[in-house]
Amino acid sequence: MSYRVKGNTGEWEVVIGLEVHAQVISKSKLFSGASTKFGADPNDQVSLVDAAMPGMLPVLNKQVVEQGIRTGLGLRAQINLKSVFERKNYFYADLPQGYQISQFLEPIVGKGNLTLDLEGGETRVVGIERMHLEQDAGKSIHDQHPTQSYIDLNRTGVALMEVVSDPDLRSPEEAGAYLRKMRSILRYLGTCDGNMDEGSMRADVNVSVRKPGDELGTRTETKNVNSIRYVMQAVEFEAKRQVKVLEDGGEIVQETRQFDPSNGSTRSLRSKEEAHDYRYFPDPDLLPLVLDPKWVEEIKASIPELPDEKKERFIKDFGLSSYDAGILVIDRDRADFYEEVTKGGDPKVAANWVTGDFFGALNKSGLTLAETPVSAKQLGGLIALIKDNTISGRTAKEVFEAMWETSKDADTIVEEKGLKQISDTGPIEAAIDEIMAANPSQVEAFRGGNEKLIGWFVGQTMKATGGKANPGMVNQLLKKKLAG
Amino acid sequence: MSVDKKTVAKIAKLARIRVDEEQQEALSGELNQILGWIEQLSELDTEGVEPMTSVVSMTQPLREDVVNDGHYVDQVTKNAPESAHGFFAVPKVIE
Amino acid sequence: MSNLTHLNISDALDGMNKGDFTARELTQAHVNAMEETRELNAYIVETPEIALDMADASDKRRAAGEVGIMEGIPIAMKDLFCTKGTQTTAASHILEGFVPTYESTVSGNLWNAGAVMLGKSNLDQFAMGSANITSYFGNVINPWQREGSTAPLTPGGSSGGSAATVAARAAMAATGTDTGGSIRQPAAFSGIVGLKPTYGRCSRWGVVAFASSLDQAGPMTRSVRDAAIMLEAMASYDEKDSTSVNIGVPSYQKALTGDIRGLKVGIPKEYRIDGTPAEIDQAWERGIEWVKAAGAEPVEISLPHTKYALPAYYIIAPAECSSNLARYDGVRYGLRVDGESLDDMYERTRAEGFGDEVKRRILIGTYVLSAGYYDAFYNKARRVRTLIANDFKKAYETVDVILTPTAPSPAFGIGEKMDDPIAMYLNDVFTVPASLAGLPGISIPTGLSNEGTPLGLQLLGKAFDEETVLKVAGVMEEAAGFSALPQLMAGGK
Repeated sequence: MSYRVKGNTGEWEVVIGLEVHAQVISKSKLFSGASTKFGADPNDQVSLVDAAMPGMLPVLNKQVVEQGIRTGLGLRAQINLKSVFERKNYFYADLPQGYQISQFLEPIVGKGNLTLDLEGGETRVVGIERMHLEQDAGKSIHDQHPTQSYIDLNRTGVALMEVVSDPDLRSPEEAGAYLRKMRSILRYLGTCDGNMDEGSMRADVNVSVRKPGDELGTRTETKNVNSIRYVMQAVEFEAKRQVKVLEDGGEIVQETRQFDPSNGSTRSLRSKEEAHDYRYFPDPDLLPLVLDPKWVEEIKASIPELPDEKKERFIKDFGLSSYDAGILVIDRDRADFYEEVTKGGDPKVAANWVTGDFFGALNKSGLTLAETPVSAKQLGGLIALIKDNTISGRTAKEVFEAMWETSKDADTIVEEKGLKQISDTGPIEAAIDEIMAANPSQVEAFRGGNEKLIGWFVGQTMKATGGKANPGMVNQLLKKKLAG
Repeated sequence: MSVDKKTVAKIAKLARIRVDEEQQEALSGELNQILGWIEQLSELDTEGVEPMTSVVSMTQPLREDVVNDGHYVDQVTKNAPESAHGFFAVPKVIE
Repeated sequence: MSNLTHLNISDALDGMNKGDFTARELTQAHVNAMEETRELNAYIVETPEIALDMADASDKRRAAGEVGIMEGIPIAMKDLFCTKGTQTTAASHILEGFVPTYESTVSGNLWNAGAVMLGKSNLDQFAMGSANITSYFGNVINPWQREGSTAPLTPGGSSGGSAATVAARAAMAATGTDTGGSIRQPAAFSGIVGLKPTYGRCSRWGVVAFASSLDQAGPMTRSVRDAAIMLEAMASYDEKDSTSVNIGVPSYQKALTGDIRGLKVGIPKEYRIDGTPAEIDQAWERGIEWVKAAGAEPVEISLPHTKYALPAYYIIAPAECSSNLARYDGVRYGLRVDGESLDDMYERTRAEGFGDEVKRRILIGTYVLSAGYYDAFYNKARRVRTLIANDFKKAYETVDVILTPTAPSPAFGIGEKMDDPIAMYLNDVFTVPASLAGLPGISIPTGLSNEGTPLGLQLLGKAFDEETVLKVAGVMEEAAGFSALPQLMAGGK
């Protein structure tokens, strides 16, 4: 069902495009040798180049270029063998050069696409318009002094990738799915850590509304939204606001807006904004960036299996549902963990365990995957015990809890607690005989046609064997004996 | 084309150079004179000519990703008209 | 030792090698000369203590057998090069009091080669000008005067202080930078040698930028040999400058063989411009005769887009400068004029900190880059630049060097041409085309004008072929035998 905003004049469609700014993982900055580490003392990670001292010149970081190419390949995009860095000119206190070095007419990455994983395992392909490399700005701190702002240039010049989507998204959920998938891909590639709370990923949100089938409406751009939830809120708020404006006979002004996380609203920055004219031109301190196609091929060869391919393989090779596979491939560690668990045997059972009890336990104890007390190999060991009938599924849950407490192997726990499943017919038959002898009326009722009573007999037998009897075998033997 | 006082005011604002009302007139005259002279380029047909990006027939050299700079906040702020606690200080920016 | 300030670098190096005098004595003589010629206003800052300390260190190195190519030679450093611990202003108010914590690559190369810093020489503000009348620290006076007149003449610009002090024998040599002619034109006006190397030959790192795609540092000396020596010291490949070219630095002196037989010397017909004084053309004709007499072959060539070079330059250079000078905002260094808000502070600081010519160019540059005009101006100019570079490329298929006048007039009086920016811009008509093409050029003094002031001729070469340029310049220098001395000179005429 498509997402629609209901207005007084009918339903409206929302059109969303996202510009994601992602901090590139690199040791040093885009054009200087200063560190990119988060959280240093003010202006400590600033070189003379970053501070735009007179006569300082930029030199391009090879690793950042490589990361850019890698990201482009991960977004199934065209890699432009020639790209040009340009200057975007504007004044701001945390922009020491008076311009941002960015790419404009000739970006390093051209058209690509990304697959959204939607609810219920559905997917949809969204176009990527382009991706370019650019410098981050510094930080202005406004709350330290009554009449002054303080400027910290530590972030100045850190490399960013700006990924621009086509206006292909149609709902807050899709916008969220886009960002989650983008983050997942960047993390798989190791090109951005995706930590939105540290500002390493943020989005500018372009929203417009229209009556289904109409031309695109005028859009607004909500800048620098720094969480997926906020992006979804911003979309929803903007869509509703625009519908109201239009239905009240107003017009949407193409403008920049700011998101207010305290109440999920956006507000116009128009009053602060004068007509921008960035006067882009090729940076004369830099030369055209020309890539050796061999280098691009080498990078391509080093790209790991990405979530979409992994998901497909999990579905095909392991027989998983699209939904389960989707959950398992969201990040690489998770997928690797799952694959390790499957070595214990049945991949479907493994998927149920990983997405069910295991993730549940992680969640409950507030741990990350890296902090798990039960390793993938151990979980695989537990599943192997289920598969070879050493323990029952129900017992397995008890064993898992003990493993979580103690980090011991499943074998050890089964051994210690004596939980090994009884698969000998002898003891089970003996128990059944005893129960039948003690409950002749039930036996009679069953034989008289009350077949539901089988459940009662199973329960009694399991109770008698301390829950260790192999349930399949109990069933089989009961049926035989009760049938007389 | 001609640069009027309003345009002078606009580009002066973009360039963050304060130009008083009375200077705008004079500047508009000077800029028009220069731009008028520059305009002779329009008589030259440059159809199909690639705009030059650099006279150096090289491509962009790349630097290894090594941290070898920074950690000298005293040098960075040494010449600052105003600084505090390692920060540069500027008139308060109201967002 | 009274004539130490009249020596060329090559002679001074010999003298110190032979033990005739020390670097300290040579430096002291120049420090005295610098003080004696203060009326020229050639320096923004004199650094006599630093000079004498450097000279003493040089004498120690020489004693220890460590002799650099410029060992013990006292020079002036154009105040566009950042010098660690010494104020660097670009002759602007906005950078007044700025003391770099770093040394530009070129000045560092010179100190490593043993050179001694006498001071920071005056220039047109941010190197924008052709008469050295835009400096915040006052005009520079040309040591030359017209016959029978003491009216002050301009030394040319932007490297006017460098040219004046070298001509006045108050520095053995000086650094210059050339964006559209700022080494060659003042060299011609001041009767000295000025060499603009190929773009990419000398590092731009640590040089206050005017127009990044054009700026290039070079030597200003009193002989072609000295220019060869000093260029070798200045030039290097620099990883910190992405536009620096990784080509080995040759020993340029070796190119001075005196043999130019068989070389083809291009004479571009477009450089014969209506209204050029006859004496300029005559000087050019003399130059053509000299190379012919030395066995080279003058060849008439065409550089068809020459007339478009200046207007293209006055789009590209201001465009780049408008962006390069955005960093002077009162936040991290230099002047700050307080304001009610951040923008107000920017606007007041930049209005007060920049001179009129600098502001004019920033505004022009802002305009030509702004939305709606970019293609008509900036891209058009870049296309013209391609055409101009192609003109030269084509010419160099048939000739080895090109010979032209350096400037369309000899030095003019301070105050002349001041109210007409375009008349001022036309000074660079012969120097700008090679700047746009990034090619090397040298100006050498070849005689005196009817007024008794110097005239220069310019030789242009192929990219990174400074050697042929120097070789031909050396032969012409010999033929010219220029030995006239300026009126305002250390020690008197």
